[in-house]
Amino acid sequence: MGLRSLLKEITQKDGVSGFEQELAKTISQHFASLVDDTRTDNLGNLIMLKKGSKGFPRVILCAHMDEIGLIVTKMEKGGFLRFTSLGGFDVRTLPGQKVTVYGRETFEGIIGFNPPHLQTSQERNKSPQMDTLFIDTGLPEEEVEKSIPIGSVAAIQRSFLDLMHQTSAGKAFDDRAGVAVLWQCAGELNKLVHEADVYLVATVQEEVGVRGAVVSAYGLSPDLGVAVDVCHGSIPGAKEHEASELGKGPVVTAGPNIHPGIAERLAAVAKDYHLPCQRDVSPGPTGTDARAIQVSMEGIPTGLLSIPLRYMHTSVELVDLDDVKLSGRLLAYFTAGLDQTMVEELSCL
Amino acid sequence: MLIKELSDLPGVSGDEKKVRDYIREQLEQEKIEHFTDSMGNLYAVKKGRKNSGREHQIMLTAHMDEVGLMLASVEKSGHLRFYTVGGINEWSLVSRPVIIGRDEVPGVIGAKAVHLQKPEERRKALQVDQLYIDIGARSKEDAEKKVKVGDYVSFDVQAGSMAQGRMISGKALDNRAGCAALLELLQKEYEQGFTAVFTVQEEVGLRGARVAAYRVNPEIALVLETTTASDLPELKEKDFATTMGKGPAFTIRDGSVVSHPRVLERLIQTAEEQNRPYQFRQYAGSFTDAGIISQSRAGVKAGVISTPCRYIHTSASLLDKKDWEHLVEIAAGFVGSVHEKGLE
Repeated sequence: MGLRSLLKEITQKDGVSGFEQELAKTISQHFASLVDDTRTDNLGNLIMLKKGSKGFPRVILCAHMDEIGLIVTKMEKGGFLRFTSLGGFDVRTLPGQKVTVYGRETFEGIIGFNPPHLQTSQERNKSPQMDTLFIDTGLPEEEVEKSIPIGSVAAIQRSFLDLMHQTSAGKAFDDRAGVAVLWQCAGELNKLVHEADVYLVATVQEEVGVRGAVVSAYGLSPDLGVAVDVCHGSIPGAKEHEASELGKGPVVTAGPNIHPGIAERLAAVAKDYHLPCQRDVSPGPTGTDARAIQVSMEGIPTGLLSIPLRYMHTSVELVDLDDVKLSGRLLAYFTAGLDQTMVEELSCL
Repeated sequence: MLIKELSDLPGVSGDEKKVRDYIREQLEQEKIEHFTDSMGNLYAVKKGRKNSGREHQIMLTAHMDEVGLMLASVEKSGHLRFYTVGGINEWSLVSRPVIIGRDEVPGVIGAKAVHLQKPEERRKALQVDQLYIDIGARSKEDAEKKVKVGDYVSFDVQAGSMAQGRMISGKALDNRAGCAALLELLQKEYEQGFTAVFTVQEEVGLRGARVAAYRVNPEIALVLETTTASDLPELKEKDFATTMGKGPAFTIRDGSVVSHPRVLERLIQTAEEQNRPYQFRQYAGSFTDAGIISQSRAGVKAGVISTPCRYIHTSASLLDKKDWEHLVEIAAGFVGSVHEKGLE
C-alpha cells in the first residue's frame, strides 16, 4: 500500500474525539507488519512499538487520530437534531454539510438552516450560530426518537479528492496526515538500524484538549518525544509569518514548547540528508500533542514536526503528499540517530 | 435512479450541455422526436394515440440549469476567484468540493482558517470575494494549464438516498427532479400528445423559456419545478413555503406569475380524483419559467407544480421520493384531462 492509499483509507473512516475506537482498529491493521507490538491504553491511545537494537533511548512519536465532530444535544419537534461540537469548528462551514450520525444504527444527515428568503439581510451577513443549526436526517420524529439518542455523535462526510500534482484534499487530514507520517517513518525505520525503542502513538482527544497525549506520555515515560501535526499552509489573506509553503517540506517549530536541542537536531538531519525543511515559530504552548508531552512528569524533551495544510478544520483540508512523505523520512533519520549521548545532552539546558 | 444521475451532472446556467446530452440520449432510446434551438433548449414532441398534430397545445417544461459559479480570475498563487451564477446559497459555499469546466477539474472552496481570523472576522458571514477555489496549482501559469477564466463551476457531489431510501439528497435537485419527471411523463401514453421543453437559463432570469414559449406557441403550459421547503424547527408554520411529504405543491402565485385559475382548478381536481396529496405553495415570492411563458405572444394559460425540497441552491438539498412520484402522476392526469375535456 502506498502513502496516498493509506491516507485515503484512514480519512474515509470517522473518529470524532472520544470515539476513535473503530478508526484505531483500521490504523493498527495498516501498521501491523511494520511494528513489533501493538496495544491500546485506557483512553484509547493506539501504542505501537518498534524495537531498537539497544532498547535505549525510548522515544515517543505521536500524531493524533481524532477529528473534530458533532454531538447531539436535543431532538426538536419534527425530528430535527440540535448539536454541539467536539472540537473547534468554523460554524460557517456547517450549513449544507452532510454528516454521518452514529445512533443505534448509522444515518445520513444534512446540517440544515433557514432558507435565505426567510432571513433578514442582517442575519444573512452574520456568521451562522451553531444553536440555530440542526441535523436533518429526513426521518420521521418517532423514528429519530427511537434510533438517535441524545449523545449520539455525528462526523463530517467528505470523499478524498486528488488535486493537481501531489496534492489531495479531504476531511480529518488534521491529523491523519500526521498518522501517515508515522506510517512512512515506520517503513523507513525498517530499512535503517536504530538503537532507540520507538513508540508510534496515534493519540485520542487532541481536539478537545490534548488529553490522549497527557496520558500516553505519562504511561510510556519516554526519554524524548516528537509530536507530528499540521500547520497552516499559505493561502491568500494569511500573513507570511502565519503560514508555511506547501510542497517545500516539513516544518520544524521553535518556541518555548519545544526543546531547542530537538529543533536543532531535526533541522541538522534535514540538512545532512538534503531534505527540504521549513521553520516556524510558536511563541507559547502549541495547539498540539507537544503541549502535553513537554510537561509530563518531571518534563520530557519535546519536538514538533508539522505538515503545511490549507483550510484547517474544514472538510477540504489540503496537503501536498510529498510533504507527508518527506516528513516521514526526516522523522525516521532523526530517530535512527538517537543515542545515549543525545539524551544526556537534552537532559539539562 | 434518473433523478440522482441527472442531479450529479454539471449544468450551470449557460452551460447545460452535459444535462442536455444526457436527456437527448434518453429521448433517442425512447424514439421520441426532438430538436434544440440556438440557446440550448431541448424540445421533445410526444405524439398521442390520435395523430392530431396538436402536440403544441400543451407545453410541459422543466429547466435543466442549476445555480453555480464561474471563474473570474486566476491569482498569482494559482488560487481561483469566482462569480456566482444565479441565486446560489452563499452560506453553503465554503469547504465544498467543486468541478471546473468541461474537463471537470476538481477543486475545493477554501477560506482563511478559523484559527487565523480575528474574533470580529469570525462573526461575519463569508462574502464571495473572501472565497476562492484551490485546485492544488503552484502558480497562475500552473493553474492555467488546467482551467481558464470563464469556466463554469459546479458542486462535486454524488446524490444519495437518505432516511432508509425514502429521500434523495444531492445538488441541483432544483430542477433535475423536474427534468426526471418530464422524462417520466414522456414515457407514458396519451390520447393527444404534448410538447416537452427542457429549458436553459431559468436561474438567471427565465431566459430559455422565453424563446421556447414563443417557438412552441402553446395554449396551456405546465411548469414542473422544485421549490423550497421550509418546514424547519427555526420557523413557524406560517413560514413553511412548502412542507416535505405532503405531496407536490401547486403555485397560486409567486413573484413572476399568477397561475391561471383553470389550470390550478384542474390540477386540484386531478389530484382529488386520483386521491393524491397536494399542497399550495405558501410563499408568494421567487420566480419560475411560468412567469415568462404566461406572457408569451398573446398570453398562455400557465401553472406550476413543484416537488418540495429543503436546502435548495446548496450542495445538499433533500426531497421526498413520494412527493415526486405524486407530481408525475398528477401532471400526467392533468394532461389526459385537458385532452379529454379541454380547460373550460
